[in-house]
Amino acid sequence: MILDGKFGKYGGAFVPELLIPALEELEKAFLKYKDDEEFNKELKYYLREFAGRPTPLYYAKNLSEKLGCKIYLKREDLLHTGAHKINNTLGQGLLAKYMGKTRLIAETGAGQHGIATAVIGSLLQIPTEVYMGSEDVERQKLNVFRMELSGAKVNPVENGSRTLKDAINDAFRDWASSSDTTHYLIGSTMGPHPYPMMVKHFQRVIGKETKTQILKNEGKLPDVVIACVGGGSNSMGIFSGFIEDKEVELIGAEGGGEGLNGKHGSTISAGTEGILHGSLSFVLQNDDGQISEAHSISAGLDYPGVGPEHAFLSSKGRAKYYPVTNEEAIRGFKLLSEYEGIIPALESSHAIGMAEKYAKENKGKTIIINLSGRGDKDVDILAKLMGVKL
Amino acid sequence: MNIESYEDAFNRVKEKKEGAFIPFIVAGDPDFQTSLQIVKTFVENGADALEIGFPFSDPVADGPTVQMADIRALESGMNTKKGFEFIKSLREFTDIPIGVLTYYNLIYKMGLDDFYKTAKESGVSAILAADLPPEEANYVVKAAKKHGIQQIFMAAQSTSNERLEKILEICSGFLYVVAVMGITGARNEIENSTVKLIQRIKDQSEIPIAVGFGISKPEHVKEVINAGADGAIVASAILNLITENLQNKEKMLQNIGSFCRELKNATKD
Repeated sequence: MILDGKFGKYGGAFVPELLIPALEELEKAFLKYKDDEEFNKELKYYLREFAGRPTPLYYAKNLSEKLGCKIYLKREDLLHTGAHKINNTLGQGLLAKYMGKTRLIAETGAGQHGIATAVIGSLLQIPTEVYMGSEDVERQKLNVFRMELSGAKVNPVENGSRTLKDAINDAFRDWASSSDTTHYLIGSTMGPHPYPMMVKHFQRVIGKETKTQILKNEGKLPDVVIACVGGGSNSMGIFSGFIEDKEVELIGAEGGGEGLNGKHGSTISAGTEGILHGSLSFVLQNDDGQISEAHSISAGLDYPGVGPEHAFLSSKGRAKYYPVTNEEAIRGFKLLSEYEGIIPALESSHAIGMAEKYAKENKGKTIIINLSGRGDKDVDILAKLMGVKL
Repeated sequence: MNIESYEDAFNRVKEKKEGAFIPFIVAGDPDFQTSLQIVKTFVENGADALEIGFPFSDPVADGPTVQMADIRALESGMNTKKGFEFIKSLREFTDIPIGVLTYYNLIYKMGLDDFYKTAKESGVSAILAADLPPEEANYVVKAAKKHGIQQIFMAAQSTSNERLEKILEICSGFLYVVAVMGITGARNEIENSTVKLIQRIKDQSEIPIAVGFGISKPEHVKEVINAGADGAIVASAILNLITENLQNKEKMLQNIGSFCRELKNATKD
């Protein structure tokens, strides 16, 4: 490969030899097209006309008053398919097209990335298959149906824990024998090089827009940017606009689940260094290096690994990562729904829960929350928790 | 006990005009004692060297058969420490080369130096980490050299000559050639491109070649040996015999024994 894909000591490409040529081809194509005029013109067109960019940076007046801070929401929830995921699937989908690939595969946990990929498969008319743990297929029937409506084929994965990490394993297995024709469209800033770098590149648009918008609104940078972190793509997207601005605090909200003494998905806060799905980062594992199952009320944060650049930012102290429990996320969910008329995704609710905690200790600060997705998909879970029969 | 080197083992079979038969099992599948008996059966029925898997929860290079074996082994309580105890137990009855096949996270978690030191003390001859390409292998190769363990790497038909050169520079013991594009699993035909790959390696190096992935029948063994490989590694087809006979250990061992004899015979001219 041309680059080593390292962020400090994290990252790299720990994959079977079979996958190396596929990664080499992908890296080469990405480095070529990322600065290609025609490619970027087409990507910008679709981001604007199909996905709905730019998204607003909304001043949340009621919530600001309630929490005693100036709170802005980056409205990625307003994008087509309801989350930031589409920034990346558009970028990689187009790249696949430019590479001449005739088939897309993707992994999905709850289905958000699967849907965002299925939609791009439909837009670009590239046949798409989505790997999804059979447990998740059962839990997320509606999302499975949405993918199928967009023409994608959903492959239930029966191996291992039958959840996201197993879907990733199976997608890699598919790719090992199909990379001639197929692009594997990974949904987050994880996996082997060049994925963490490439997914960040396609999500940078969040950070770029946000920076311009906050400077226009406030005439200065925010005090803190808060985003939820599963694999880490929405957070890396918004953080990337501010990493160089040392005075801006960057905070990642991890899935705290039942709390760190119970089941959780707080990979950086409570995990250890290890190699999972192609890169060296933090993982949830036992003393022998066997990967543990993660847990969070939000499927998007329910992953035992995290993108390697987050491990790097954490090791440098540039970004801080804290667990936000299921309970705190639910508070965030209700808070935003009630005060702003915006129902956030449970993933993004972790960022709101984090902001609430932060605001308590830091009155008067300017906070940007990346509202990475909308919560329509999660109202069932909330209703159940609140004992409401729908 | 004098542990036989890979070099000696491959020479031993070559002198007899045979290829090396290398069966695979996951340590602790379906449990510690049974897998010991299975390896004994391997040895009694013609194994020239052994590949022992240390199970990993997320074996991305393997197909469902090996993953199922990994899960059975982990559920039976296998871990890295017990894996090395398993190798020690094997050394009580065999001195043929033993390669450990695992994933890098197990090595990384234990610590490279510790892992290779313990491996040597336990009687391991070689280690292959399925998800460790040469680019990431500097420290591992150093630890292997320090402790006298051979480090095995994989090559596939998609591996360019340039990469092959890099791999051959650091690979020792034998080169593990991936027979089919994709993951492990029993298949019906050995692809022609595998034959070409073997010839490509022979042009570049003298290192013994063992072919694995998808070798599931005596005819496959014969084919790859005839194509110039020095050995054939059989995994999934043997693991299937474990899966099919979990309720009847005696039959499991019998079937594995006779299958191994067939496979070994296929390495003979």
